[in-house]
Amino acid sequence: MQRTTRISDRQGAQPGEWGDSHGLIEFVRDTAAIVGIELLKLRRDPGEILMRSVQPALWLLVFGQIFGRLHVVPTGNLDYFTFLAPGILAQGVLFISIFYGISAIWERDLGILQKLLASPAPRTALVLGKALSAGLRALAQAVIIYLLTLLMHVPLNWSPPALFVVAVSVVLGAALFSTFSLMIACIVKTRERFMGIGQVMTMPLFFASNAIYPISIMPDWLKTIAHLNPLTYQVDILRAMMVIGGTSTFGTGQDLLILSIILAGLVLVTSRLYPSIIR
Amino acid sequence: MTLERNDIAIRTENLTRHFGTVVAVQSLNLIVPYGLIFGLLGSNGAGKSTTIKMLTTMLPPTGGDAFVAGFSILTDAVQIRRRMGYVSQMLSADGALTGVENLMLFARIYGIPRNERRLRVEAALQFMGLTEVGSHMVSSYSGGMIRRLEIAQSMLHRPKVLFLDEPTVGLDPVARHQVWQKLKEMRVSFGTTILLTTHDMEEADELCDRIAILQSGKVAVAGTPQELKELAGTDSMDGVFIHFSGGSSDNAANYQDIRQTRRTARRMG
Repeated sequence: MQRTTRISDRQGAQPGEWGDSHGLIEFVRDTAAIVGIELLKLRRDPGEILMRSVQPALWLLVFGQIFGRLHVVPTGNLDYFTFLAPGILAQGVLFISIFYGISAIWERDLGILQKLLASPAPRTALVLGKALSAGLRALAQAVIIYLLTLLMHVPLNWSPPALFVVAVSVVLGAALFSTFSLMIACIVKTRERFMGIGQVMTMPLFFASNAIYPISIMPDWLKTIAHLNPLTYQVDILRAMMVIGGTSTFGTGQDLLILSIILAGLVLVTSRLYPSIIR
Repeated sequence: MTLERNDIAIRTENLTRHFGTVVAVQSLNLIVPYGLIFGLLGSNGAGKSTTIKMLTTMLPPTGGDAFVAGFSILTDAVQIRRRMGYVSQMLSADGALTGVENLMLFARIYGIPRNERRLRVEAALQFMGLTEVGSHMVSSYSGGMIRRLEIAQSMLHRPKVLFLDEPTVGLDPVARHQVWQKLKEMRVSFGTTILLTTHDMEEADELCDRIAILQSGKVAVAGTPQELKELAGTDSMDGVFIHFSGGSSDNAANYQDIRQTRRTARRMG
């Protein structure tokens, strides 16, 4: 690989000498670099997170209050408001993540994505970096939703292990839905089409899940869909871990495993599709 | 093969790209020795952008192969990416970050060791005359400053080959001459081979050692600016371009490319 150059590099080493580190180290380093940039931007402009919290706040305050009074949804030993809180957290995560793909279209139009794709960074790292950035945003929103629910006297589970599992599932869920969103962006390529599809996706994902009512009261066809819906498994974890008295239907271990496997699959598929967004 | 790796920065072998039934690049054969500034000219739709996309491993060819720094775009894309720099036509520096942050991101991604990063970034800022604005947000930069920052960004890892897609589109004459000056200095300081596309005939004349004019995805003519002027029997590069580019740019102008150029020009203006 060594070759003579007509004019020697006057500063530093030959390219490749330090680029050829171990693949895994490179992968982690590049993923961290992408996340680091996103963290910087988030710190400079936290207003976006506050704006994004308006919708879940409305669901909690308006929808939750009214449906709580009706006593029509069988929520086991939880009152409806306590049942709803984890569902709304999951919804907040979903809504913040499902439009994340538009940032890739935006960065494509600015030429930022081309530059990243022309770099030696593994494409899986570029995709996972984006996904985890969405996870960070979702975590910031989770803090706001915790504060809201605290104000409304929802009995929150403050044990550190439970909080840790909540944080992991929030990041995992956001990473999953944002990668799904990136995948859609790679396929449709334009903002207009993406917005259309984004609108069409969110509500079915939300309603075909256990976020605002239990699966047990669904008709059979919807039950089947709910079982295929990743949001269901995220809500299942949150319901067991976020509020006192909540239980998991599928087991949190299994939920986490399912979400991780879907995320890994989506990252692999999306990193293959990623370069096509610039064509 | 060893010889190629030693002396040839870019070599294409019947490089071809079809989009459906449209032939964007057809059996292109180019050789760019190390250390040259090589200009790729042609009307809109002549295949310049498609060629650059293939050489920078962003678009697979539908036929043929190309070698950058001795590595095949078909089989060694990652090796090429480690050894090349790329500045897109768009103003791609991130406006939401400072100049230093933009550079640090790429210093990390290109695997420059932690203890070296800051030095390299500072040296790059100084080289491009941006030291004083390094900590300012890029959104406050002028078009010329952004372009210089982007060139700095693409040079942090000392690439063997630098690809520039219309590097001075939309810049005012002062900024344009500054960018040319920096590119020439870079070649002297680092021995970088530069391949650029341009519609600016003054740029081609001023900057390029060799030029290839593409027409309908093929090389219509190649040579030094002086040779081309003699061949075309004119003393201006505009005359050369009109003589060899087929005269008309109405045939295959890609709507998206033009839109992109206009958008860039607007942001720079």
